[in-house]
Amino acid sequence: MVCIGIKDETISFLIGGEAGQGIMRSGSLLGRALMRGGLHIFGVNDYPSLIRGGHNFYILRASEREVYSQGDGVDLLIALNDESIELHINDLYPGGGVIYDEEGKLDPRELRGDVKTYPTPLTGIVKEIGGPRVVRNTAALGVALSLIGFNPETMRGVIRDTFKGREGIIEMNIKALDRGYEYAERNFEGLGCRVETSKSRDERIMVTGNEAIALGAIGAGCRFYAAYPMTPATPILHYLAAHDEEAGMVVVQPESEIAAINMVIGAAYAGVRAMTATSGGGFCLMTEALGLAAMTETPIVVVINQRPGPSTGMATYTSQGDLLFTIHASQGEFPRVVVAPGDVDECFYLTMEAFNLAERFQIPVIILADKYLAESHRSTRPFDPSRVGIDRGELLTEWSGDEEYRRYRLTESGISPRIIPGIEGATMLANTNEHDEYGFATTNPEMVKAMMDKRFRKLKALRREIERLNPVRVYGSEEAEATIVGWGSTKGPALEALRMLEGEGIKARFIQVVYLEPFPAERVEELLSGDEPKLLVEMNKTGQLGSLIKLHTGVTLEHRLLRYDGRPVNPGQICNAIRGVMR
Amino acid sequence: MTTMEELSTPARITWCPGCGNYAILTAVKRAIVELGLRREEVVAVTGIGCHGRMTNYIRVNGIHVLHGRVLPVATGIKLANQRLTVLGFAGDGDAYSIGMGHLSHTARRNVDVKYIVHDNLVYALTTGQTSPTSEPGFRTRSTPRGAYEQPINPLLQALASGASFVARGFAGDVRHLTMLLKEAIRHRGFALIDVLQPCIVWNRVNTYEWYRERVYKLEEEGHDPHSLEEAYRRAVEWGERIPIGILYREERPLYHEHFPPLRRGSLAFQPLKTPDLTPLLEELS
Repeated sequence: MVCIGIKDETISFLIGGEAGQGIMRSGSLLGRALMRGGLHIFGVNDYPSLIRGGHNFYILRASEREVYSQGDGVDLLIALNDESIELHINDLYPGGGVIYDEEGKLDPRELRGDVKTYPTPLTGIVKEIGGPRVVRNTAALGVALSLIGFNPETMRGVIRDTFKGREGIIEMNIKALDRGYEYAERNFEGLGCRVETSKSRDERIMVTGNEAIALGAIGAGCRFYAAYPMTPATPILHYLAAHDEEAGMVVVQPESEIAAINMVIGAAYAGVRAMTATSGGGFCLMTEALGLAAMTETPIVVVINQRPGPSTGMATYTSQGDLLFTIHASQGEFPRVVVAPGDVDECFYLTMEAFNLAERFQIPVIILADKYLAESHRSTRPFDPSRVGIDRGELLTEWSGDEEYRRYRLTESGISPRIIPGIEGATMLANTNEHDEYGFATTNPEMVKAMMDKRFRKLKALRREIERLNPVRVYGSEEAEATIVGWGSTKGPALEALRMLEGEGIKARFIQVVYLEPFPAERVEELLSGDEPKLLVEMNKTGQLGSLIKLHTGVTLEHRLLRYDGRPVNPGQICNAIRGVMR
Repeated sequence: MTTMEELSTPARITWCPGCGNYAILTAVKRAIVELGLRREEVVAVTGIGCHGRMTNYIRVNGIHVLHGRVLPVATGIKLANQRLTVLGFAGDGDAYSIGMGHLSHTARRNVDVKYIVHDNLVYALTTGQTSPTSEPGFRTRSTPRGAYEQPINPLLQALASGASFVARGFAGDVRHLTMLLKEAIRHRGFALIDVLQPCIVWNRVNTYEWYRERVYKLEEEGHDPHSLEEAYRRAVEWGERIPIGILYREERPLYHEHFPPLRRGSLAFQPLKTPDLTPLLEELS
């Protein structure tokens, strides 16, 4: 197998057009085809909160080696309208190419002289085959495959699988693909990039963060999911609703986020694993009930896919602005877990871990992701749920009946065994009010203190468990000349940056804080004890991880790369910043 | 068989002497005993307000939740384990003010939970403010010139939302209220019982005497609870005569019957083991 891009061993495509022109679909078709051809892929979308008409684009990057994020430029621009040429022509590397509909009014040659141009009768092809205008994108994919020398048969297979059962659509798309491919074979010289299919390859899946979280919930035996639609968490609802029977899961769209989390608490109280997902605004509505879960010691899992705020902000863009809010949300004090996956694998495995932590410690667990991670595609090895397994902690399915069951029995560990309501001989009283061991409301000062202490005693074993789960992950060179510090989805661009820096002879490393609450202070402090320059990278205005590190370790990270325009950090930006701090 | 005694708890009751809540508590216990329900099969969900203490005073499974959120919690419980009898208790502030939205949605879904609203027409636990069911002109500490708003009509609200069982009870008639509770529990589907509950401290207008002079029993006047039109007509009656009894009932599919995973039995008692994800992963290859 061969993959040669213009700049390096990766090749990037940018597909741009209007909402409704099938941009996302084209991106995922191309990604899946290249993955089946033996490549690793990463794909990210960018779209406004509209159904028709706004500008959309999808960047797909592929390589023989693993790809963690978009790169700094693209090799091939597939422009389905003039606007895409205008907006993205300067994203092309010198020597890159642009495929566009020859019916358009804009000639890319007038904008940039150092790129190759591939005017194609996309509209003409569609008319000829009698297809709907939207299949112009598939014709353009045909052109792209020809330009990089990729066998179209793999793509035909992807089209057949994607539109399974809809024969007319399959036929139309394959026709468009073939016409585009043939046109390019006859009229164009190759791009100078080359991708060939390889026969031997590892088994791979192409998955978004949202799908990985949904699969993690299924893998963990989550049986109840309630969520109110909110971008960018809605695809989890779509995925689970489409797979409820296979998953054995009840999937509900309730009247609000408040209803969602309260339903989840009800289901969890009744003894099933339950989850909800939302974005920052929805989580604002959930915060009171988060405290209810904590006070009643009901295990729940909440997914927050962050987007820029305050308020509605930008619904379809990305952010890491809710870290401190999430850690502190709801009145009063209580233990909770906040965990931030950095890639699709972590989305799956940390979601499985989240359910175990929630049930073993009878606390709310929050999975904090963001739009960039949740909606971007990546190829990876198929997930293996047996790597995490299911541990429900102290859950009693029968009761001896010798004594009255006490829901909040004061134990040394702070964990009081739960029962499943309905079992013989015992009933369970959970209470939003401060309560005694039986669950009866109390204001007795000794009991109030004893219960607060009981809940917080769980932290001891919880911290130990989190240490075991590798809460801070380090990538790159042992003897680093520079350190990147971050959390969540900046992992991808940071790992790409490490490679780029390595290419320049700079040894760097990346420290990823995965578990943010309880904060792994000792480990972070130890890792930050060297005197190499350190760069904090976050997608927010105020450097919230930096604040947490300062709070827990006293270490101030002075160098900061903070991006808060809704777009993901690019690897090149990180490299530039690292070069800056090393000066 | 469960007895009244078994349903009692050691918790000291903190309601005012003479409060209508005592009658509701007694009626609920009697309904459980008379229907022969095992106490372990029953779950009480309570909101915030004087009524919220119910979970402390009745020895069934219980969860005392946030203000206004009884119905979504009750829905989650019912979907997780259909074998449980789920009784939601709320006050008029809880049910018709902060939690109003949930009433319509739970009713239209026909979730098989029973919603008993302790309707005293006033906010009592917070020491006397106007409620969504207070009469216009009702003077409280938050409405010194009298309430400005029209009251909510809970029965109309429930009917308009598609509730499959709508009734009104009176805390001054425990036997009648017990009958309503038994009918509601027997009913397959969502049931609202709005209970007229005199508050002897904060509502000096709508007293036991005031209600006794006005209430009449629908079943004694030949009301047909299967007629939605008749139900609407009775629901707007308020003033000289106030109807109590079952206004409306109909059979509709239960919410939980729509979910294919529940055909294998209650989720709560399905054993959890690590699933084989292969078919789902293949879709992504």
